Order: sequence, then structure tokens, then C-alpha cells
Amino acid sequence: MIKTIKNIELNVNDEGYLQDFSQWTKEIGIELAKEHDIELTDKHWEVINYIQEQVAANKPLSIRGIKKSGVIDIKQFYALFPGGPLKVSTKIAGVPKPKSCI
Amino acid sequence: MYLNLEIMSKTKVKKMLFILSKATIENVYAAFIMANGARMEGIESEIFFTFFGLEAIQKKKLEHLRVATVGNPAMHIPTMLGGLPGMEALATKMMKKEMEKLDMPPVGEFLEILSDSGCKLWACKLAVEMFHLERKDLIDEVDDIITVGDFYSRADQENTHLLFI
Repeated sequence: MIKTIKNIELNVNDEGYLQDFSQWTKEIGIELAKEHDIELTDKHWEVINYIQEQVAANKPLSIRGIKKSGVIDIKQFYALFPGGPLKVSTKIAGVPKPKSCI
Repeated sequence: MYLNLEIMSKTKVKKMLFILSKATIENVYAAFIMANGARMEGIESEIFFTFFGLEAIQKKKLEHLRVATVGNPAMHIPTMLGGLPGMEALATKMMKKEMEKLDMPPVGEFLEILSDSGCKLWACKLAVEMFHLERKDLIDEVDDIITVGDFYSRADQENTHLLFI
């Protein structure tokens, strides 16, 4: 599917996740966050950077991983990304939705 | 017809209430994974620990839960062998090893994750009294000791589901 943000055409899957990370920019991240009624703060960016690093290093994302990350605790994570934190944060970060059940 | 489909497509599970009545590792993890999975999807979740399920929130017992090797056909060993001394411990050790490979947290850490994720943890009042337990025997993360009626009143919104494990 093609989705247009700020006049840029992006390849997304049917759930709205970017299919090509090279198309992601901070501006795109800000717009994707707005779709979830989230205004990105420094703490959000720290989490997004962490997620992108993990994905780049081929490390699976999980809620346990977030707990151990040292970047954010689980309570804060849920507060910053309401409505399913790992789902929402990965979408904003432009990476695939995690496949793990935990 | 079109209208009905439209309504159905917007129907979503909003809250999952789990009743955990058993203390075997496979049942405890089933409840924990489903409850955590709900939170990860933005669905509210709560667990009511009753009867043997209470072992999963007792400070002294939660890290010593075991797999059932007797009366469990999925173990694929003869029932009589399953009853031999050490069999449960062996099967439990093997299962914990496999779970660690999948990065599944141990029971205590899983309870912390659930609590931090906003999953409510309730102890059944009747079962607490039956096993002569006190609040201090239960982990701090337990939200409260409540009655069955209190728990039903938690099913206070549409699209709430109750699941008995």
C-alpha cells in the first residue's frame, strides 16, 4: 500500500507499518505519532532510538527487553505509548511490528 | 447486512478477566502470557488467583511451581513413570530451560512485568482463608484480596471476557 505523508509516498503494509526503513525520517516519525495522538518528547525519542538500534542489530523486541534496556521502565513505556506500547512505538520508529508473543 | 458487518468490524475485546485456579507451570504461564498479550494489544487485563492458583502469588512458593507429569497425556510418558520420584523436577527443569531460550521471564519477574503493565492481580478471599494465608504471604504486587462478587463487578464494561484456567 502507498501512504502519503508530507507529500512523500511511503510503502506501508495493511497495518500501516513502513516496509522500507530507508524511507523513515524524524519528520515521518512525528507525523506517524500524531496519528496515535502522541506528541513526541525527548523520552519518546530515546525509546525510538533504542528500538531502531535493536532492530538494526537483529535483536528481537519484547516487553522483557524493554524492562532490561535501562532506557525506560515498563510503567513509563505504557504511559508514553498508550494502546499497546510495543505495537505503537515500532510503527512510529518505522520498523516491523514485533512477532513475539511476549 | 452491510450495516451489521460495519458494526462487527469495529467490535473489539476491551477487557480480559482471567481466573487462574491451578498451580502447574503450564497453566500459570498460559494465564500470564494471555494477560500480558492483552496489555500489549491495548486491552485491559486482570487475573483472579483462586484455589491452587494462589501458589503463583505466594512469596515462598512462586519460584517452585512444577509441571504435572501424572495425568498429563501430552507428556508422552507412561503415567506410572510420571509418578516416580524426581520426574516432576526433571520435567520442570527441562521446560524452564526451553522457556529461558524463548526469553520467557521466571514467574516472579513475569508478575512484576504484569503489574507494571497495568494488569490487576487479585487474590480470592475464600481461597486465602481456606489455605490460612495472610496478606504478608502474598507478593506486594497483588492489588487486593477480593470476593467473587467483587471480581464479577470488575466485568463492568462491554466487550469484557472471562476465562477460566
